[in-house]
Amino acid sequence: MNDSLFEYLLRLGDNDVVLAQRLGEWVGHGPVIEEDIALTNVGLDLLGQGRMWLTYAGEVEGEGRCEDDLAFLRDAPAFRNVQLVELPNGDFAATMARQFYFDRAHLLLLTALARSADPRVAEIAAKASREVAYHAERSADWVIRLGDGTEESHSRMQTALDKLWPYTGELFAADAVDLALVEAGTAPDPRTLREPWLASVEAVLAEGKLETPRGEWMQGARRGGGRQGVHTEHLGHMLAEMQFLQRAYPGAQW
Amino acid sequence: MKSEWPLWEIFIRSQHGLAHRHVGSLHAADAEMAIKNARDVYTRRNEGVSIWVVKSADITASSPGDREVLFEPAASKIYRHPTFFPMPEDVKHL
Repeated sequence: MNDSLFEYLLRLGDNDVVLAQRLGEWVGHGPVIEEDIALTNVGLDLLGQGRMWLTYAGEVEGEGRCEDDLAFLRDAPAFRNVQLVELPNGDFAATMARQFYFDRAHLLLLTALARSADPRVAEIAAKASREVAYHAERSADWVIRLGDGTEESHSRMQTALDKLWPYTGELFAADAVDLALVEAGTAPDPRTLREPWLASVEAVLAEGKLETPRGEWMQGARRGGGRQGVHTEHLGHMLAEMQFLQRAYPGAQW
Repeated sequence: MKSEWPLWEIFIRSQHGLAHRHVGSLHAADAEMAIKNARDVYTRRNEGVSIWVVKSADITASSPGDREVLFEPAASKIYRHPTFFPMPEDVKHL
């Protein structure tokens, strides 16, 4: 099997599944019912995308694992999502700041992947990028509204942006897996996405009267982070809830 | 300070050629947010090709008390109703 492709597909799929689970935690807790529905819509979009990536990952691996096996029967160190998406929701500003950072990078990545030499990757990315274009618009909208809102909303948004900033480096770090896929023409070099990402982030933050954080140090970017299976302490707790049913009642179906 | 967002009435056109229909209402801070919320609340199952939003406060409604005066005179004038024409079955959306 193609180990690098398998790893890479897990990274794509796990980002989606883990963030979808986090967004699902907002059900019944949204600030207004409209937002409750919107957040979970985004979560469901991501879940759908995650299913497509993990299904493909299972096929590439060739050991008969399906999307459900991969999502529900792996432990935290086997997950390959970036740490950014596994962080707890925090307040609404933190959820939207996390979403904003991620959506902008996600959209750039999917746009590039839509031109992948791997037709299956290109197909999934093209479909997903239409959904993610909407996510990116929505989260930027909230960043601007809260940033340019009241004193309270501005300070909460700025605090969230600052706190999450060190987790954005991992989105643009390249390791041997990435380089093998660049070589094969399957995926873009993540490092090339950082500049357009930063430009679009800065533009939105300026519109929201927010400061772009300047910290250089990035969590997990150099020595390895979530994409290499090194996670924060939060992922295990999240998976305990997400995987409970399949662990307690193996093979249970709905 | 008023903390509730204003109410908006949502109109969705389900396909080209049809008129926008009132589907419900929701809260949003402004028109742009109302469109986005309408997209998420009312078009999740592929219901629409176009959305209109109107502030509920901007709608002037007829008073229920005026019903007899406004509408009853029309009820007895059957010659105004196009009920005497056979309707071709193939014509949709009439």
